[in-house]
Amino acid sequence: MSAATPKLEWRNIRKAFDGKVVLGGLDLSVAPGRSLVIIGGSGQGKSVTIKIAAGLMGADAGRMLVDGQDLSALPPKARRAALAQMGMLFQGGALFDSLTVWENVAFRLINADKVPRKAAKARAIEALERVRLGAPVADLYPSELSGGMQKRVALARAVAANPQVIFFDEPTTGLDPITSRAINALIQEQVKGLGCTAVTITHDLDSARAVGDEIAMLNDGVIVWRGPAADVDRSGNPYVEQFVSGAAEGPIRPAI
Amino acid sequence: MAGVPLALQPVRSVGRSVLDMLQTAGRVALFAVRGVRAMLSPPWFFGQLGRQLMSVGYFSLPVVGLTAVFTGAALALNIYTGGGRFNAEQIMPQIVALGITRELGPVLAALMLAGRVSAAMAAEIGAMRATEQIDALNTLSTDPMRYLIAPRLLATVIVMPLLVVVADIIGIAGGWVVATRTLDFNGAVYVKNTWDFLQSWDVESGLIKAAVFGFLVALMGCYHGYNASGGARGVGRATTHAVVSAAILIFAADYLLTSAFTHR
Repeated sequence: MSAATPKLEWRNIRKAFDGKVVLGGLDLSVAPGRSLVIIGGSGQGKSVTIKIAAGLMGADAGRMLVDGQDLSALPPKARRAALAQMGMLFQGGALFDSLTVWENVAFRLINADKVPRKAAKARAIEALERVRLGAPVADLYPSELSGGMQKRVALARAVAANPQVIFFDEPTTGLDPITSRAINALIQEQVKGLGCTAVTITHDLDSARAVGDEIAMLNDGVIVWRGPAADVDRSGNPYVEQFVSGAAEGPIRPAI
Repeated sequence: MAGVPLALQPVRSVGRSVLDMLQTAGRVALFAVRGVRAMLSPPWFFGQLGRQLMSVGYFSLPVVGLTAVFTGAALALNIYTGGGRFNAEQIMPQIVALGITRELGPVLAALMLAGRVSAAMAAEIGAMRATEQIDALNTLSTDPMRYLIAPRLLATVIVMPLLVVVADIIGIAGGWVVATRTLDFNGAVYVKNTWDFLQSWDVESGLIKAAVFGFLVALMGCYHGYNASGGARGVGRATTHAVVSAAILIFAADYLLTSAFTHR
């Protein structure tokens, strides 16, 4: 892989559900070690974009490249290896409610990497400490935690195996502003600490500004603007301007 | 329905339904093949298997036992009444044993499991789908077919024959209680007649049925849960479909297996 090879690249990706086009030829790439935030209204294909990259969904057409290799063309073992370097923080946390907090965090270590349970628990507690939780919550169940704590546990789970790529799906949705800022700070800290590539999708512009090196705007299944996070407030792009101002009038049709 | 003459629209509807049914059958068959492959090849998740063995087997014992005892008792009364019409009341123990071991034990235990286990599997896996836990498994390098589906299929196939052995014993005991308490049968003679009459194949054929029914019960629960969509409503729909389709498949498989065993 050359230095110029993007870590992730969506090349002319198309995806439709029941005839409704969600991605209409998406072209996007992220360089290694960079943090890209994808913003856009509801139903514009943001979740589908990262699910295709994470191998959770196939594209109807186009190529999804990881380190320059087409995911769909890789043999099963190489594909599994390419996907194994990824972690994901889901919108609702997606914690396994039948497992304790530490078992959730250590899930991959125990079940995929075959780390002995004792060592896995120690690494899980270490990961929990990195998100300001630690041993006191390790033996609780997810249902015993607040929404913000569940997000932290999910973040700890996403980073526990030191992934090279992390996807964040609406990381601050449903959280109060103070908890949102805390989560944004933790995301920044973890991404910088691991030196990994990050792709975040969000409606939350504060979150986008905080965690992104760059911001891309997705509308009607294509990227309509991309630029440094610092430029999002002076983009000169009518879609981004409407999104930033929240105006009802403009090129973006409200999803109602 | 533009372009289709009015008279042909019913034909189109029937055709579409048939195509949908075939498509679903194909999807279920592919899912079953993936499930069986995951059952038979490593990695195996023994912790999950143990949990399922407890959940499907041990916790189903009361419902299967109660169903069997009442069925055995009612069957004894019905056969006694029917046999009395041609002075053949004395064959009641043999017919109860035959009916329980070859037919009612496996079918009723499977139907109980369809209600209890298939529904629970569809609801649990469907809720995991709705809350993205299945996607999370994938991102944690864990194949959901191996972690969720294979242990459920394997546990149900292992446990169903054991439950049917219990159902057979309790069902026959139910008949024995009615016969000895209300119909003046001699208890020892009842047991001897039953034992002398039963052939090993009567029990074995029931156990083969039980394993097949167990697979179908778990398959329907897992398939409908795994493919659930549409949030809470989708989970409810998946649960209903799992129970109904498992029950229908149990009856269809029962006929096919009985037919195969009869001509053996």
